[in-house]
Amino acid sequence: MAAPVDYVLHLADNALVLGQRNAEWCGHGPVLEEDLALANNSLDLIGQARLLYQHAASLINADPAEARRFAHLQGARQNGQIAEDTLAYFRDTAEFRNHTLMELPHHGPLVGYAVSERDYAVTIARNFLVSALMVLVWDSLQASKDAQLAAIAAKSLKEVRYHLRHASDWLVRFGDGTGESQRRAQAALDHLLPYCEAFWQPSPAEQAAAADGSGVDVRTLRDHWNALINDTLAEATLTRHDQPHAGYVAQGHVGVHSEHLGFLLAEMQSLARAHPTAVW
Amino acid sequence: MDAATHASLQAITEALAHLADPEIPVISLRELGILRDVREGADGVPEVVITPTYSGCPAMGQIEDDIHAALSAAGLPGRVITQLSPAWTTDWMSDAAREKLRAYGIAPPQCGSHADTPAGVVKFSRHAVRHTAVPCPQCGSNNTTETSPFGSTACKALFKCLDCLEPFDYFKPY
Repeated sequence: MAAPVDYVLHLADNALVLGQRNAEWCGHGPVLEEDLALANNSLDLIGQARLLYQHAASLINADPAEARRFAHLQGARQNGQIAEDTLAYFRDTAEFRNHTLMELPHHGPLVGYAVSERDYAVTIARNFLVSALMVLVWDSLQASKDAQLAAIAAKSLKEVRYHLRHASDWLVRFGDGTGESQRRAQAALDHLLPYCEAFWQPSPAEQAAAADGSGVDVRTLRDHWNALINDTLAEATLTRHDQPHAGYVAQGHVGVHSEHLGFLLAEMQSLARAHPTAVW
Repeated sequence: MDAATHASLQAITEALAHLADPEIPVISLRELGILRDVREGADGVPEVVITPTYSGCPAMGQIEDDIHAALSAAGLPGRVITQLSPAWTTDWMSDAAREKLRAYGIAPPQCGSHADTPAGVVKFSRHAVRHTAVPCPQCGSNNTTETSPFGSTACKALFKCLDCLEPFDYFKPY
């Protein structure tokens, strides 16, 4: 049984957008080992995104109604059919279904784009919050009724475990480190945690997938996620200031994004759009 | 399967037997567990089944090209099929392959996939995935330390030996 296309795209967009965001560190890492680590992290995420886009493309091509819904996407088609690159490079901001958290710059609320303004504490805190979620999501999706999604989940789980370990290690080092590293890690956490509230308000696509057994009801993972987060934060001597169920909830997963996604996509998609029939 | 088909699949298996991983030339695709099967497709065309290591491993494209090149050099027909399930694991690596890695200077994976159950959330504790001692592939000492959990390729971590002071790659369990 096939998962809903929009659910597969939600998972794919999460992986691609965070993979692209983290790849900004390539060549700019705070130390050589972290430069390599973030490049590897992005390689895994973009690899997962490719598998998911390939799956979504095959679902779209096999269903005439879905094929009509995506008929406006003409770039990078293969033999007239939607391909992974069509979905990654030719959809616009409002068509992306990633969580807003994935697209935020490597910086606190007062946004800066200059390389020198990137804050590694934000990078690590986000990777920590996201990989803790994805470890749980992929673990559950191994039992998906969509066999291809289950196969992708089994691979992705092995990879995000390493991402979680890497981010947790650094968060403990920052939190339980110097006064400066503690302050920045706490600020990053305070900035990012409210965006996680969106995890627990599933989109219609997520709800449809959970209902038909191809997806997971993320709300059932919340206690596990809290336990994972709180365990590491205690070791890192960091404090949670987020108030569950309070305030504005980010809407990226239903297509309403922050101002940051457009810039990220512009950079990522410009080459493919300038040469829509290119093959490489 | 008739004798001619059997012979043709056998010829393909032999033509691919010595194909090595592009990044780790001492170990064959079969030993690494990437080359899963050589079989007859539904339409009678032979199929070479491969499975990716890490989702984003850039070597997969090269590996597919290498297989096509080996088949065409041997004048054999066949297509390459990529299959994700069962997910690749370092558990599939034989002792002989592990020894080849060690002799090449890469510490072989200590253990592979974990026997996970969805209920066992404890397994995600960051402490649960810590390595036991990884012996230095140069001097054999267990007195080693991890420099970084990510290395020169997706499948490796960076270590160094505190006795002989050599840095080395560790093939991570997957």
